[in-house]
Amino acid sequence: MGEVIVVTSGKGGVGKTTTAANIGTGLAAQGKKVVLMDTDIGLRNLDVVMGLENRIVYDIVDIANGNCKLKQGMIKDKRFPELYLIPAAQTKDKNAVNEEQVRAICEELRQEVDYVIVDCPAGIEQGFKNAIAGADRAIVVTNPEVSAVRDADRIIGMLEANGLGNPVLVLNRVRPNMVKQGDMMSVEDILEILAIKLLGVIPDDDNIVISTNRGEPTVLDQQSRSGQAYRNIVKRIMGEEVPLMNLDEQEGFFTRLMKLFKGN
Amino acid sequence: MAGFLDKLFGGSKNSKDVAKDRLKLVLIHDRASLSPTMMENLRKDLVQVISKYLDFDENALDVQMAEQDNMTMLEVNIPVANVKRNSGM
Repeated sequence: MGEVIVVTSGKGGVGKTTTAANIGTGLAAQGKKVVLMDTDIGLRNLDVVMGLENRIVYDIVDIANGNCKLKQGMIKDKRFPELYLIPAAQTKDKNAVNEEQVRAICEELRQEVDYVIVDCPAGIEQGFKNAIAGADRAIVVTNPEVSAVRDADRIIGMLEANGLGNPVLVLNRVRPNMVKQGDMMSVEDILEILAIKLLGVIPDDDNIVISTNRGEPTVLDQQSRSGQAYRNIVKRIMGEEVPLMNLDEQEGFFTRLMKLFKGN
Repeated sequence: MAGFLDKLFGGSKNSKDVAKDRLKLVLIHDRASLSPTMMENLRKDLVQVISKYLDFDENALDVQMAEQDNMTMLEVNIPVANVKRNSGM
């Protein structure tokens, strides 16, 4: 029996879709059978992040309404034979599917695969309720910013109210130098405020933009630091104990020279 | 650089501490789901109850949520003018 994990955040733009794509792809790279499901109806994006936008025939609304079989709606990934994407519908609105339908799809999927990773839309309306309907556990993504942490707190409360207690946190876009200077909340600060278990920390990394440009999840890039952070997260999801990576940025000679001139 | 100068001259505290303090306060309200309107209603009700026993300036009664030693507290400050002689009768 597979496990259904929802990736959520409350606030938009904190890296939910990127996180879902990288976790799903990372699990597939570990030999797991995985379905990535986009529930952000009307604003689908998991397809482009995964580089699968040209392969879409059916979407989640088609599956929910029985216009196609579940297997037909699962798009095969280019890289891994046992990684699939169920895209959101782009032309419908967020009420085009309901919680019962999503729950039924999740139940059917968990018979077939090891992990179902559900990408949740921003907000706390119907789309959120749909996304969490079939989930066994939840991952909350946030950034070290006041607005994102506030929304994460609200989402944690709503998850608990809906039977998804003990969600885990992914802290995305951490800039170690700013933390060091006291201008960005640290992992410890945020854990203290949210009182939640940490799944992983992703450093702010230009490679995320580059890999999204190409439609290649950064988790497959052995050189990138964010990729390493996602690989660690994947292992933790699979039950391994992996220590947090050292986030300190390696500074090149030029960077240090610039700093010398700037005086800090 | 600006931050460095601030620290050098003992100026403002780290911006992350400001963020943390603001977040803590805003989350107290969010979690208690007490809107400013509800806080005002609570204040009015308190005025009504307490004025049965004490003389005080209604406008000076101050109600707010606060956090201390990891405990959420409802702070009510009431400058008392007079304890009513016949209270409790």
